[in-house]
Amino acid sequence: CAKQVPDPEAPPGSLKVDCGDHLVVLPRSFSPVISPFDEQAVEAALRIKDAQGGSITVITLGNNLQRDVVKKPLSMGADELILLEDSAFEGGDTWSTVTALAAAIKKVGDYDLIFCGRQAADWDAGQVGLGLAEILGLPVVSVAQKVEVMDGRVRVERVVPDGYEVIESPTPALITVSNELGEPRYATLKGIMAAAKKQPTVWKPADLGLDPSQVGEAGRNTKLLRLFQPTKEARCEIVEGETPEEAGTLLADRLRSAKVL
Amino acid sequence: MASSLSVLVTAEVSGGKVAPVTLELLGAARELADKLGGGVACALLGSGIGDAAQQLIHHGADQVVVADDAGLKDYLSDTYTAVMEAVVRQTDPEIVLLGHTSQGRDLGPRLAFRLGAGLATDCVELDIDGDSKQLLATRPVYGGNARATFTTDTRPQMATVRSKAMTPLPADPSRQGETLTLSPMPDISARLTLSDRVKEEVKGVKLEDAPVVVSGGRGIGGPEGFQQLEELVRTLKGAVGATRAACDNGWWPSSAQVGLTGKIVAPDLYIAVALSGSSQHMAGCSGSKALVAINKDPEANIFKEAQYGVVGDYRQVLPAFARRVQELLEK
Ligand SMILES: Cc1cc2nc3c(=O)[nH]c(=O)nc-3n(C[C@H](O)[C@H](O)[C@H](O)COP(=O)(O)OP(=O)(O)OC[C@H]3O[C@@H](n4cnc5c(N)ncnc54)[C@H](O)[C@@H]3O)c2cc1C
Ligand SMILES: Nc1ncnc2c1ncn2[C@@H]1O[C@H](COP(=O)(O)O)[C@@H](O)[C@H]1O
Repeated sequence: CAKQVPDPEAPPGSLKVDCGDHLVVLPRSFSPVISPFDEQAVEAALRIKDAQGGSITVITLGNNLQRDVVKKPLSMGADELILLEDSAFEGGDTWSTVTALAAAIKKVGDYDLIFCGRQAADWDAGQVGLGLAEILGLPVVSVAQKVEVMDGRVRVERVVPDGYEVIESPTPALITVSNELGEPRYATLKGIMAAAKKQPTVWKPADLGLDPSQVGEAGRNTKLLRLFQPTKEARCEIVEGETPEEAGTLLADRLRSAKVL
Repeated sequence: MASSLSVLVTAEVSGGKVAPVTLELLGAARELADKLGGGVACALLGSGIGDAAQQLIHHGADQVVVADDAGLKDYLSDTYTAVMEAVVRQTDPEIVLLGHTSQGRDLGPRLAFRLGAGLATDCVELDIDGDSKQLLATRPVYGGNARATFTTDTRPQMATVRSKAMTPLPADPSRQGETLTLSPMPDISARLTLSDRVKEEVKGVKLEDAPVVVSGGRGIGGPEGFQQLEELVRTLKGAVGATRAACDNGWWPSSAQVGLTGKIVAPDLYIAVALSGSSQHMAGCSGSKALVAINKDPEANIFKEAQYGVVGDYRQVLPAFARRVQELLEK
């Protein structure tokens, strides 16, 4: 599962809250991207495909999805793209997103592994992968840095605060992927050309056997009461010197006089 | 004791010690429960952990529900979700709180979807709405660029809470509470098996507890630069942290990544060297008492966050800074 999000690497300060819409917006000059952990989720799947073969289906939920953005996983080497795209999917939370994604995964039917990012880079919730596993009744390992498949089982290195755990699970299973997995591969020119030719499948709520009231804004189980940007008083005291070395020395003196040291 | 339980806190214990975030949660839970006029329950899961119950009571719990079983020695998604579901059903709280830790990030969403409960993750503020008596859960979103307050009509209402965001109550050994054993114990057979655990060695002071943290970013340029930071923290008795960019490059272990998806630190002094101050990084260090930046770009966002700064190449600024710090501390 891969989500289209506003570029999370846009400089802090360029994001503005649109209070009327309860939305955070970026200036148009920043193109949306596939959420970075989701690219890593695609990469994890591609590594298994490289080693063992198989095929990869990517599911993206949203509305007005930008085709060149959502096709990125295809250009990296995924086989199929399913878009859950409809105005009814707008304004959802993790609950309504899981409802729709779970229905789509059931409709796809046949799978060994489902990959998600550890958290989407817009709302940073970190819930959908775990929620999907719960609703689909699958075992789940979160925050993976390495995923290998052997004899119908999956072996996952799960990142923990002081290192990692090795966890094994029967398949089918759901894995959420973290950046420790490593850089996702670049799309090759050949991949981009192949992706350009592929038409994504588009499903609406009715195609999933869902009522519009179950998805998007209508299907939420949480309410967004307030969205705001805390104001910061920027008051940095810049310590200067004749040379950078002197500035370094004076910085230490300043910290001492301010009793920080 | 209060008649009904309003808030259930999920405790975390490691090596026989209650995790700091659990005490912070109890402090927050106490305040919420007092506003609701109910009690605070605490779920204590693990193996050989019964002794921790008293400590939880001293820090604000009215009731501790213990699930002590060899099968719960290590956290596993399946087993802990099953046991927590049973504890929630036994205590029937309005609100369930977990730490936004490695364990809570995994357990919180699973438990929420099992219970059909609304969950807000990584919260930094919790309150009760005066009229509706609902939980107001506030959390940073968009990598910390904005904040959002959520409510839910479900029962329970759930939240995972960022470490160091709440204040624990001082221990009060005269506080009374009851300790119960979870019964019946649910089936805790797991589909997952934990077959190995690989620890990354940490030398010196632990990052989360260090009074001084010096963090390096992409601008450090390689592992050699991090040695300079190590020398500085030896003088300062602190620990070295890093941005994700530096960790992804393999210059410093990922276990020392500071930020939204890394460690949360709140030292007395945080020195940010050659890092830009992205919102995701600041999420992990904005609780620091004093923030100092060294960066060659005067426009870098870190100067909007820091109290003291030097604009310059760290390769020139840092050695002189380190030398002077050593002189000052020796005096
Ligand atoms: C969902 C999500 C979660 C994330 N979680 C985290 C997280 O937990 N922690 C984290 O750190 N990041 C996280 N990130 C990544 C984050 O967005 C930034 O990409 C990252 O923090 C940038 O690291 P940096 O500041 O080291 O690099 P850059 O932004 O590239 O900054 C390098 C800085 O070094 C300065 N510089 C260069 N050379 C020198 C020199 N010689 N002397 C002095 N200054 C110099 C430059 O001026 C620049 O300001 C996350 C991103 C996403 C999308
Ligand atoms: N709209 C979406 N479309 C596709 N995948 C999604 C969507 N929302 C969430 N996901 C997946 O679930 C993960 C966690 O999302 P979240 O719980 O929103 O932080 C993401 O990294 C994606 O893999």
